[in-house]
Amino acid sequence: MSDYGAALRRRGLELFSFTGGFLWAVRIAAVVVVIWGAVGSLTEGRLTFDQWKNLVVFGLAQGSVYALIALGYTMVYGVLRFINFAHGEVFMSGAMIGFFAARELNQHGLWSDRPVLGILIVLLVCMTTSTTVALIVERVAYRPLRQRPRLILLITAIGASFVLQYAFRGLFGAGVKSYPSIEALQGSWRILGFNVIKTQGVVILIAFGMMALLYTFVERTRTGRAMRAVAEDQETAELMGINVDRTIVTVFAVGGAMAGVAGLLWGLVFQQVFFFTGFLPGIKAFASAVLGGIGNIPGAMLGGLVLGQTESLGPSLVLSGLGVPSAHQLKDVIAFLVLVLVLVFRPTGLLGERVAEERA
Amino acid sequence: MAARFHRPDPRRTVVLGIAGGLTAVFLSAIGMVEEFIKRSLVDPEVVLGYVTIALVPFVFAYVVARPPPVREGIAPVRPGPLTLAAGAVAGLLTASVVSLFVVITTEVNVRGVLQNVSPPLLETLTFHRGVGQGVVWLLVGGTLIGAGGAAVHLIPARYRRPVVLAVVWVLIFGLLQVLIAQIFRGLKVGDTVNPFLYKGSRGLTIHGAITVWIAAFLIALSLEGQREAMRRRLAEATPAVRRNYMLVGLAVALLILAVTPQILGNFLSEVLDLAGIFLLMALGLNIVVGYAGLLDLGYVAFFAVGAYTGAVLTSPSSPEWNPAFTFWAAIPFIMVAAALAGIIVGTPVLRMRGDYLAIVTLGFGEIARILFLSDALKPYFGGAQGIIRVPNISIGPVEFVTSQDFFYIIYALAIVLIYVSWALQHSRVGRAWMAMREDETVAEVMGVNIVAAKLQAFIIGAILASLGGALFAHKIGSIFPHSFNIVVSITVLMCVIVGGMGSIPGVILGAIVLVGAPELLREFSEFKFLLYGALLIFMMQMKPEGLIPSRQRAQELHQDEAAQDAWLRREALGDTEPEPAK
Repeated sequence: MSDYGAALRRRGLELFSFTGGFLWAVRIAAVVVVIWGAVGSLTEGRLTFDQWKNLVVFGLAQGSVYALIALGYTMVYGVLRFINFAHGEVFMSGAMIGFFAARELNQHGLWSDRPVLGILIVLLVCMTTSTTVALIVERVAYRPLRQRPRLILLITAIGASFVLQYAFRGLFGAGVKSYPSIEALQGSWRILGFNVIKTQGVVILIAFGMMALLYTFVERTRTGRAMRAVAEDQETAELMGINVDRTIVTVFAVGGAMAGVAGLLWGLVFQQVFFFTGFLPGIKAFASAVLGGIGNIPGAMLGGLVLGQTESLGPSLVLSGLGVPSAHQLKDVIAFLVLVLVLVFRPTGLLGERVAEERA
Repeated sequence: MAARFHRPDPRRTVVLGIAGGLTAVFLSAIGMVEEFIKRSLVDPEVVLGYVTIALVPFVFAYVVARPPPVREGIAPVRPGPLTLAAGAVAGLLTASVVSLFVVITTEVNVRGVLQNVSPPLLETLTFHRGVGQGVVWLLVGGTLIGAGGAAVHLIPARYRRPVVLAVVWVLIFGLLQVLIAQIFRGLKVGDTVNPFLYKGSRGLTIHGAITVWIAAFLIALSLEGQREAMRRRLAEATPAVRRNYMLVGLAVALLILAVTPQILGNFLSEVLDLAGIFLLMALGLNIVVGYAGLLDLGYVAFFAVGAYTGAVLTSPSSPEWNPAFTFWAAIPFIMVAAALAGIIVGTPVLRMRGDYLAIVTLGFGEIARILFLSDALKPYFGGAQGIIRVPNISIGPVEFVTSQDFFYIIYALAIVLIYVSWALQHSRVGRAWMAMREDETVAEVMGVNIVAAKLQAFIIGAILASLGGALFAHKIGSIFPHSFNIVVSITVLMCVIVGGMGSIPGVILGAIVLVGAPELLREFSEFKFLLYGALLIFMMQMKPEGLIPSRQRAQELHQDEAAQDAWLRREALGDTEPEPAK
């Protein structure tokens, strides 16, 4: 009882302390702003119901790309407890090399004649590239620092991210590369009253398939179990006969492969890729991972989908309603604000963190 | 103890040799070799492009052939014939990979993908002798250079450092020809020295290079071993003597600063101005990252706040509201705005752990840029058009116009801020920051007010950056949101980390070298960020405490090693230690 009372008093004091009060003000303001904006734009009726539904589908496609990238962040964080800042660039490398494969296939007509085979080939190329890049980064940059303070690892990761960006710029040029479009995927399907653009439909399909595959891999196979064990407690896992080094490499490889898939899907949806493409999606995917609860694989998937919707709906729903001109420019601000708000108010994420307690 | 000859690990030799080859191919494929080939270091033969590509087998062979460190109780190994052989093999492997690359790319046109693999590059790599003969040259050259890299270990220990350092100095003299020739001109000896050292704009002359090498060698040789002695003497000096040393040092530094712009001329002052602005920011970030241990990746936000506040207040054509203040009248407002920004960024991240804090501040940095760029705030900040006509700074009737004039303002402010940083470091709040950096929980238990300490770090860091931003706005005369992207944050972070977190001399060195050098070496500008990134990785692996480490920070980063040393000492002394009294 007295504990409860003390906790209550602490809560009360928190309200009146400087930071506590400030944070509560932010919390209330955020809710008020969102509701106000939403009511404003819904009553104004600037968008038709169908347009809202299109935004939802687009958000789903975009969110599933984020989710795939977020898996890499969350898995690495679960095992090594550091933010693999270069993961966005791992994703970009897949998208970039995938472009060259797609262009080649397009020149031989395979891209338009047999789209399924074409997409499959490019998918393999993307996954191989991203996995290779992830493994090289792990071997060269991270492995020598395994036991060092995490801040050092993070700074190394920033360095790796810059090296990859500018290496790709130097190798493949600074220009924007446009994926060839697939004729078979023009137009749209009508599903459950939603108007689904075919490309986006395919993207959602592939992404969910991959996520299901990954989930099964982690939950059902021996390697997956080893990964979970290492994430839980590295030392104990090692004592139980798990090869921790190899497991960490597997984690990077699997995370890289998922980023590679995301690279192809990005190419299909947005059709454009250049050396800086990895930066923003990378940060947003990290935001998704945090949103879902870092270290938590289903959490990363959920987080990605939620962030995708927020970003797709947010500007039109909230900002336009508040009378902000050209709200779509502020799309990225919304994503970052979501990250900040989650970290401030629910740092363990929607589904809770799954990382081992910090050891002294 | 009989010394054994060193036997390099064959597997490692092969792996590193191939890795060297891939590195060389990478440097060629990103266009670095081709870009650098135009730059002559020593006339007529030594060009930067070939030096770069030759450095690869040299360094890899050096690493392959490096004997293990001498350890207590283990018979020392000394480099022998196998050392040379391993170096040669590594060099040969490196050259083989490059040759393979040359042969393949001559047969298959890969330019559609790798845009820099052009016929001129292939000609460069084969020394303009055709593929067949070129490959032979490559292989022979690679083997010799590899053996040369290994041979460094054969030089007697006393001469090793001076020999290598002297070569480095020759390269530096060649690379920084613009700077060095201008210094001689500024010192009024240019007419006699420059023609001797340099051949037009094509690098050192041969006798110039030899002179530089000999001079550098002799200086390095005489200084070898002196450094320890000097440090010891400084450490043993009484506070009064040390104070005198410091005053003399300060006076010399001020004197040098006072004449620098006159000696260096307009262009080089411009370079130093830019470095100075980054120095102001780096000093601020040093407080946040170096002292308080809060990794802020969105530091550019404060820079932008300072620049925009300054521009809005002083420019007669700022969009919404233009009081057209002078720079000096605007300063208090800039500082208040920056402090507010510091609180806005600092408060939400108070309870966050280190790596989350980094990403969230990165987010804030992007938010600031997007907001300044957005149409929503265009009426106030001009959107993509930015704010133009930011006036020059003037004191009374004296207007500061040229980059030489600006030099004085920037570095005067830098001196003030260096003093502020130094004073803060030794103040109560400085000690609180350092305690917090080492262990937040322990610091809190010991009575450090974590909330206050963190906010103070953010606010002070923000104010320093905003002053840099305001000077930037006045220097350039106009500001655009595109000047404030993530790259600025990373550059500032580089200055702090490479120089040494928490070390003021380190930060000064970092800012001058990392910002100044790429401006001087135009060839490097395209590869600046690639090199920054690589340097960051390299520093974290080899020397995380930075080039001029703060003693305390270095200790923290090597805590494990220190603990191990202490343990070893205890083990070794175990028998002789007196029994504790019962």
